[in-house]
Amino acid sequence: MRIGVVTFPGSLDDRDAARAVRLAGAEAVSLWHGDADLHGVDAVVLPGGFSYGDYLRCGAIARFAPVMGPLVDAANGGLPVLGICNGFQVLCESHLLPGALVRNDHRTFVCRDQPLSIERTDTPWTSAYAPGERVVVPLKNGEGGFVADERTLDELEGEGRVVARYVGKNPNGSYRAIAGISNAAGNVVGLMPHPEHAIEPLFGPDPRSGTGGLDGLRFFTSVVEGLVSA
Amino acid sequence: MQQALVTADIEQPWAALGLKPDEYQRIREILGRRPTSSELAMYSVMWSEHCSYKSSKVHLRQFGEKTTDAMREKLMVGIGENAGVVDIGDGWAVTFKVESHNHPSYVEPYQGAATGVGGIVRDIMSMGARPIAILDPLRFGAIDHPDTRRVLPGIVAGVGGYGNCLGLPNIGGEVVFDPCYQGNPLVNALCVGSMRHEDIHLANATGAGNLVILFGAKTGGDGIGGVSVLASETFESTGPSKRPAVQVGDPFAEKVLIECCLDLFAAKVVEGIQDLGGAGLSCATSELASNGDGGMHVWLDRVPLRDITLSPEEILMSESQERMMAVVRPDQLDAFMAITDRWAVEATVVGEVTTTGRLVIEWRGETVVDVPPRTVAHDGPVYDRPMQRPATLDALQADAPTSDRLARPTTGEQLRATLLQLAGSPNLCSRAWVTDQYDRYVMGNTALSMPDDAGVVRVDETTGRGVAISTDCNSRFAALDPYAGAQLALAEAYRNVATAGATPLAVTDCLNFGSPEDPGVMWQFAQAVTGIADGCLQLGVPVTGGNVSLYNQTGTTAIYPTPVVGVLGVMDDVTRRTPSGWREAGQVVYLVGTTRDELGGSSWADVVHGHLGGLPPRVDLEAERVLAEILVACSRDGMVDAAHDLSDGGLATALAESCLRYGVGVRVWLDELCERDGIDPFLALFSESTARVIASVPRSEEVRFTDVCTARGVAHLRIGVVDEAAEPALDVQGLFTLPLAELRATHDATLPAAFA
Repeated sequence: MRIGVVTFPGSLDDRDAARAVRLAGAEAVSLWHGDADLHGVDAVVLPGGFSYGDYLRCGAIARFAPVMGPLVDAANGGLPVLGICNGFQVLCESHLLPGALVRNDHRTFVCRDQPLSIERTDTPWTSAYAPGERVVVPLKNGEGGFVADERTLDELEGEGRVVARYVGKNPNGSYRAIAGISNAAGNVVGLMPHPEHAIEPLFGPDPRSGTGGLDGLRFFTSVVEGLVSA
Repeated sequence: MQQALVTADIEQPWAALGLKPDEYQRIREILGRRPTSSELAMYSVMWSEHCSYKSSKVHLRQFGEKTTDAMREKLMVGIGENAGVVDIGDGWAVTFKVESHNHPSYVEPYQGAATGVGGIVRDIMSMGARPIAILDPLRFGAIDHPDTRRVLPGIVAGVGGYGNCLGLPNIGGEVVFDPCYQGNPLVNALCVGSMRHEDIHLANATGAGNLVILFGAKTGGDGIGGVSVLASETFESTGPSKRPAVQVGDPFAEKVLIECCLDLFAAKVVEGIQDLGGAGLSCATSELASNGDGGMHVWLDRVPLRDITLSPEEILMSESQERMMAVVRPDQLDAFMAITDRWAVEATVVGEVTTTGRLVIEWRGETVVDVPPRTVAHDGPVYDRPMQRPATLDALQADAPTSDRLARPTTGEQLRATLLQLAGSPNLCSRAWVTDQYDRYVMGNTALSMPDDAGVVRVDETTGRGVAISTDCNSRFAALDPYAGAQLALAEAYRNVATAGATPLAVTDCLNFGSPEDPGVMWQFAQAVTGIADGCLQLGVPVTGGNVSLYNQTGTTAIYPTPVVGVLGVMDDVTRRTPSGWREAGQVVYLVGTTRDELGGSSWADVVHGHLGGLPPRVDLEAERVLAEILVACSRDGMVDAAHDLSDGGLATALAESCLRYGVGVRVWLDELCERDGIDPFLALFSESTARVIASVPRSEEVRFTDVCTARGVAHLRIGVVDEAAEPALDVQGLFTLPLAELRATHDATLPAAFA
């Protein structure tokens, strides 16, 4: 079981994503932005950070990185892809996911332990969660407000493609409190909060939250288990 | 240089560059001629207060003199390099240092603070380490002062914007408000990095024929003369804007530079390395050459420029960010360039190491600099400036906050109101509005961060070995007695690290003071340095490096002496760290240490009466040392579940914070404590006596815990029990009950109301 983690210049949570992959029981394969080859991995994580400094627009330059060519093709062919934070932004810029992520409505960067409800559990990244399950995962972003036109939002809701929603105070002004979405097939998931930061006891959110502060780990065990049984 | 001989007596702008008449004269003596304009530029920045430590050197020597061989045992690199390096065991080393970026942040809050973070991170990188965490001690004027509203949002956003984009967790620091910082905010930044012992790198240029490579960002016109113009002079409020002297940061470039440097180190293609910070190329070339065994020849026209109109003087003085300089063997040049290419980092061979013993810089075929590098980098002027104990100090110390002078609360209702007033005061309220703008999770190794006593990060993922760091300074104490105040800063940071469960190992300091030309300020400075050096000797922890920031005043009013002390400790396994909040109902709460009538400089005197006078709390470093031993043993053996140090705002504040951390209440009784220490409930709650902590102890560990305290002869008393009621509260029996919801509302409201 090999899961690729892409490093763009300015990626920050790539090592964290690789740790999560390992803790979930898979091999983490480092993929380089300039290498147009997925090296036969079984799934890909686009990690958080500030790819290319987030200059121009978050994710707008990364989408043209050589690695994105084969990635977009493979994603359209059903390869499980998870974009976290900046990775979500890259997926939107690549048109693998609809909508866009804009500056937080309160104009400041926010880092907090964020309650979420997992709303779609038939994706390769969320199959280990129960529908409607409440989890707590760190959120940290400056431009995490999910926006889309009304029709797209209705479509997402109607097709059950809202993967996760913020519970309680909306932390960044996301429309309909959307924290994560998927493509129609469900194999491509974009998520603003950081499940890779809730995978080890005492290195994530308050250990009194959810499953001992480990609520993020199942995003990674989901895909590993799914691939094993496939 | 030909020109310098022909026009030997031409008028030179040494004064505008910040040099004094005798300093200019000395440069002429060293060179045996007038300096060229490029040489003058170099000397002016390198002999500035910021780079040369010319006023502070004579005092800073104490840090070395008062370090014993036993203290050096864990010290791998000491003062004088870019940052000190400490052995934390298992072949791991940690480097850490705190620096100031006060004046740039006043002029341009966002960029000043951002590049302050960038600068200290490059210092850590240049030791061969991977930066692993940031802490930022910040000080502002009164919370409602217009200048505070002008600078604070930008400074916080700058610290966050740069650090978040670098992918470094921000794990602690301070936010302090006091009118003395109006018009002169303090922006200090601490970075810690880790490496294997064999990866330590130093800043020296050795081996004739080796190449000098400048890599990273291009050189532009920003930050020219930053150190001499901004950091080394007092602001005149009516003067012209100094904005062009502030650097502009690009954290993305720095992030790429970090990864690029780590790849270069791993490939072992770097002989010597130096970051470009204050004084830019002037500093990097002269320090590398001065630390080496020969000389250096530099072709300045090879320096990649953002602005081709820059003169050689400007290129030498520019403080453009995100640049590094490496010394590389010719046979490793290709390997070096392959790595910089991979990261798309521009790298240019700009010079080579020579045997001449001189630093020679050429520009467009002309020699513009030809100097002995030591005279620029290390043999700058040294001043033993006049010192005078301020005449006002006696009156200040005599004005003690006695009960006949300041009315004290006595009834339960009054004590409750006082506690709430303190909990919502600018210096004790929740820092979340600030710290929520910083990423504390990135890298996945953060075991503790704000609002706990110390930041704790894992260094070794297989063993859990890691470090704890805290920075502290109560400048009100230092104003009352700079020697004691500096020791109290050391004691608090030391205690915080131990409270988190780590063994204190080493110290860094950022000495923020007013003008050294004021004998009163110079006296404060000398007192504080002596206090830290004596204190470190007594505690057995060496000072490994730090920074001096002088001229922190606007007009003739200096800031309070602000010696910020950072203490680093080590833990075998960071999962044993002790958080500041209790969680388990039924655990017993102990107060360790003795409480006296000590309110001089206290939060109560400040918040309730706006009073500063008397003497600060008594320093007892032996008590601190023993307390730390107890706390480390308790963490290692699982005897306490939570512990919190008592400092600003005393026991009342500590109880409130330990309750709020996880929203779990406590029932407390004070009768026994009052009887034992001969105090009343007010003193029990608000005195700021040192060497005290509260700890939450599982009942199964109570006997072991009290035995540990008794064996060391340390006063300890059961003062409460953790109480998870349906409506959690801080309940002080017989006096008052304060529901946590009410406490939290007050605690959380202050910063958002002022700045959101």
